Amino acid sequence: MRTSAVLVSLDRAPLLTVTPLQATPLASIPRLPWEEVRGAIHEVVASGGRILALFGHVFEGQERPDLLVVLGGLHPGQLLLGRAVLDDDRFLSLTLDCEEAHLFEREIAEQFQVVLMGHPWLKPVRFAPPWRTGQAAWPLPETGAPVPGSGDFYKVEGEEIHEVAVGPVHAGVIEPGHFRFQCYGELVFHLEIVLGYQHRGVEAAILGGPHKRTLHQLETVAGDTTIGHATAYCQALEALAGVTISERAEYLRAAALELERLANHTGDLGALAGDVAFLPTASYCGRLRGDFLNLSAVLCGSRFGRGLVVPGGVAFDADAERVKTMTERLDAAMVDLRSAVSLLWDNSGVIARFDGTGAVAKDVARKIGLVGVAARACGLERDVRASYPTPVWRTLGIQPCVEEQGDVWSRAHVRWNEAKQSGPLVRNLLQSLPTGPVRQPMAPLAADALTVSLVEGWRGEICHVALTDGQGALQRYKIVDPSFHNWMGLQMALRNQQISDFPLCNKSFNLSYCGHDL
Amino acid sequence: MFNVFRARIHQKHRTIDFPKSAPVLPDRFRGLLSYDAALCQAECEACIPVCPTDAIDLHEPGIALDLGKCLFCGACEAACPTGALRHSTEFRMATRTREDLLLSGEPLKLAQALEAKAKKLFGRSLRLRVVSAGGCNACEADINVLSTVVFDIARFGIDVVASPRHADALLLTGPVTENMRLALEKTYEAIPAPKLVIASGACAISGGPFAGLPEQHDGGAGLLKVDLYIPGCPPHPLTVLDGLLRLLDRLDG
Repeated sequence: MRTSAVLVSLDRAPLLTVTPLQATPLASIPRLPWEEVRGAIHEVVASGGRILALFGHVFEGQERPDLLVVLGGLHPGQLLLGRAVLDDDRFLSLTLDCEEAHLFEREIAEQFQVVLMGHPWLKPVRFAPPWRTGQAAWPLPETGAPVPGSGDFYKVEGEEIHEVAVGPVHAGVIEPGHFRFQCYGELVFHLEIVLGYQHRGVEAAILGGPHKRTLHQLETVAGDTTIGHATAYCQALEALAGVTISERAEYLRAAALELERLANHTGDLGALAGDVAFLPTASYCGRLRGDFLNLSAVLCGSRFGRGLVVPGGVAFDADAERVKTMTERLDAAMVDLRSAVSLLWDNSGVIARFDGTGAVAKDVARKIGLVGVAARACGLERDVRASYPTPVWRTLGIQPCVEEQGDVWSRAHVRWNEAKQSGPLVRNLLQSLPTGPVRQPMAPLAADALTVSLVEGWRGEICHVALTDGQGALQRYKIVDPSFHNWMGLQMALRNQQISDFPLCNKSFNLSYCGHDL
Repeated sequence: MFNVFRARIHQKHRTIDFPKSAPVLPDRFRGLLSYDAALCQAECEACIPVCPTDAIDLHEPGIALDLGKCLFCGACEAACPTGALRHSTEFRMATRTREDLLLSGEPLKLAQALEAKAKKLFGRSLRLRVVSAGGCNACEADINVLSTVVFDIARFGIDVVASPRHADALLLTGPVTENMRLALEKTYEAIPAPKLVIASGACAISGGPFAGLPEQHDGGAGLLKVDLYIPGCPPHPLTVLDGLLRLLDRLDG
């Protein structure tokens, strides 16, 4: 960390200090040349800050996109916003100085046909057609989009080097992606992951909205994170509309978010056990994950929390009777979960496979900008619930669960500690529901404004940035799923590992394909 | 080792009794939409514009409903002033044809069993190759859950396999993104004939919340001949299981 004097100077210009869920007039964000904003981003990141979002948008009447950046991690609760003007389709890449920008910059190049000069690995992110005609960073066929999985791959050369290509269709019931390993015998030198197969065009579909389908598309950005993404979206709309939801609604949203975390962490712990052939925990957790999903269904009818979170609050209330049912079932499931998962930690076979496998060093994790479970397993205290708390999280006061080794064991153990934290949280939230309505009427969205909405989903930080136009319609809606930051972590974790450990490493991250591909 | 045995006893036997006994679903579970034409008011149309996927249309003298588009969100139920449209807790919804998912008051025609020859081939052993083509991982998760001890589909001779060459059927989820179209077609071709195609979830049937977007193909029906349609967003695991068992003629009634 630098001295605070440096940080104070950063607050002045070229970045604007805001808080999450603040409706910021677009005009109040300084609009400066890219070189200046680029320098400021670099300085913030070098001082311990990080990039939450970096994206382009062609504002009305402009030929080229402006680049918008959301930075955080310097002062608790505060964010920094920047807006850069481009005077050419070619400009200097930030990734050269700041590795965590690399995928954001590839996305910008893909969406807006600009060339980020000096970017070390400029290739498509989603193999999608561009949103604007400019200078293509790679050759485009007549169909308008490159063939998924095409293009250069990182290659290790040598007589005994061989390449293993897997996917997009994988062995299990799992989403598609392509994995390319550079191997020396069983040893993996490098893994490159190519995604985009799940690209449905969510961001483009939202433009001009909110439409009647938008909430449903947000619920399915990553369907296993329905509560996380729907909450981020609804919070953003409420911030722009100046609507404050009731405390009761906030408690119910938080309870649903923790149930989602509990269900997914339970499923992941079971799947990790399955990947090392420890079947007792795998079987029990498979059942228990469903029990937690069924608790969501008691609250709102859907195992995935569909239909619960709506703009203005929640669509379903829980009376004393329902709270009682949910609490009893939760308590029983937590006892069973403890019985199932504690088997893992005293089984030497399991520990031997978890310990030291797929380690990501803390400085690497920081450099590539990991978030969520993957970051906390490397010793980085990154948890939106603690660093950018909404009122309910301020009341609850979360202590992030951190481990130091950055390996499969750490990622499993973070999940277990968080599951143990989430169970009592759900219980407390349901038991102490404040009185009042659960849904407020919505209001029109502020015109020409921007807001940043953050939620700690079960995988990690969900960041949505909403920009409205002169009529209060969404002119740009940026979604950053935690997986967007974390896929690079899995690639780094595989270096110098046995290729046979890939399934275990992959499961220990359990990232979203559709959340990345949008 | 003692701990393992103790846990085994503690965790009990958890496989559900379905299909022998009817499962109990939560009171708020949004299953099959029931439509009571007698309660539907003329010139009301309140349900039509609120449906996010335009699954409801006018069908004189009332409305027609497309279960293949339905996200089971409850918007129409909330908008209906008379209670003519209601979500029941009925989870059995799978059909053999797309047309059977179009309802205008008549009872849903649930999936018929396979024809004799196909039933002989697949009735006691059905191997599924699941392909997610833009699925959001909710349909995938609730198919995965069928292999847990709770549903244990292997007891019906149904299993999920890794290689399409070992599969009897392709189970499709997702709206079929353009970027997955080729991989889907190749996987289908790799399954030896005779083979079945099962479309699970609103996306795979109609594109679901993504219908009409240029990056996808409104589900699998335009590319493959579908033998079983399983509605839902996502379908409840029991809806999937019930559909599969009906197809294989493993249910009475």
